Amino acid sequence: MNNSEIISNVFRFIILVLLQVLILNNINFLGYINPYLYILFIIVFPLNGNKSLLIILSFLLGLSIDLFGNSGGIHAAACLVIAYLRPLFLKFSFGVSYEYNMVKVNKAPLTERITYITLMVLLHHLILFSLEIFSFSHILLLLKSTLFSSIFSIVLVFCTLLLFSRKS
Amino acid sequence: MQQILFFFIRNKNFLLFAVLFLFSFVLTVQSHSFHSTKFMSSANFLSGGIFTFKTNINTYFGLEEENKKLIQENVFLRKELEAYKMDAAGKAPDTSTLHSKYRFIDAQVINNSYSKTKNILTIQKGASDSVSIDMGVITSNGIVGIVNNVSKNYATVQSILNTNSQINARVKNSNHFGSLTWDTKKPNVAQLNDINRLASVKVGDTIITDGKSTIFPEGLFIGTIKAFELGENDNYNLDVQLFTDMTNLKHVYVIENKDAEEIQSLEKESEDEQ
Repeated sequence: MNNSEIISNVFRFIILVLLQVLILNNINFLGYINPYLYILFIIVFPLNGNKSLLIILSFLLGLSIDLFGNSGGIHAAACLVIAYLRPLFLKFSFGVSYEYNMVKVNKAPLTERITYITLMVLLHHLILFSLEIFSFSHILLLLKSTLFSSIFSIVLVFCTLLLFSRKS
Repeated sequence: MQQILFFFIRNKNFLLFAVLFLFSFVLTVQSHSFHSTKFMSSANFLSGGIFTFKTNINTYFGLEEENKKLIQENVFLRKELEAYKMDAAGKAPDTSTLHSKYRFIDAQVINNSYSKTKNILTIQKGASDSVSIDMGVITSNGIVGIVNNVSKNYATVQSILNTNSQINARVKNSNHFGSLTWDTKKPNVAQLNDINRLASVKVGDTIITDGKSTIFPEGLFIGTIKAFELGENDNYNLDVQLFTDMTNLKHVYVIENKDAEEIQSLEKESEDEQ
């Protein structure tokens, strides 16, 4: 990563955390649906970036969300899993040679982009809500929360990507 | 030796992932039990400061509503005061010398959640304002929760909308008591379980705190009975419509029981003797 990438990633980290804890955590649409936009950081982290660095950063990202939300370590755990499995999802959605083709999340074909983002968001939310609810007797609540929050998050992630994509 | 080293280097990502995941999993498990969320909570300098900043902005938008609530409470308290005056036939007691077991500390809510299964509030009063763990928290309408973690200037409150919460409560017109829990479905309805079947319950009856624990004084309002059914072991399970609007909390009172320490140490002593 060069200097400008480091700076833009640091800013993205801070802004996404503040946006999440000050605004998005208070939406509570229909009582329980909240979008979790902050995983955008993991989604758009440079695809050829250092994998260990991404794992550590994701942990810190989740931990700071947990710190504000009094939720123990559920966000940290969920972020870690998607950060660790990200290369797998990238391979699955963009093809084996994504690292050499210099794929950018913003410029990839729409279907590949949808697959990648949906996989990341769904897995993150599933782990998040299973750890939060932490009991199999509430499995319906778990699936319901995962589904609706995922839809909300996916839409929001797409809008944010469209909004900040550079036309060049 | 070299092979072990190579193994570590080759699997460094997985090892990193495993260690950090274990750590966050431990934190998660800890957060599911009362009294052990010491390490990670929003009662710390950084998140407390940011939430205070947010609240400072947000309070301006609710001033009118807050004034209305204060006026309502004043009217209620004035009525009670008049009743006392009538009783004492002109001899109004001096409030500064009046002995009371309870002390009330006012606090501002700087963070509130009600959509999770384990909801926790953060308030802007901490150890330096003599708030400590296990104190009750109420609003002018009814109860809110119990303090479960304190830092110097902030405290977190385990709300009644938390699956770990269990609060002693009883039906107002009888002495049958049970424990108030929450089934995570609606933020304005809690469940009162294990009321003896001999109790006469009607929809609309008032539920109040029991006063058997040292946390809440007796007779604080909780809510009204919304529905009830006879449970498995022939006890009533009641749905309680809460008086407090848990989705809209700004100012709360923390209750300090001056005798709590004495009562608890006495109870502990007699437990140890057995």
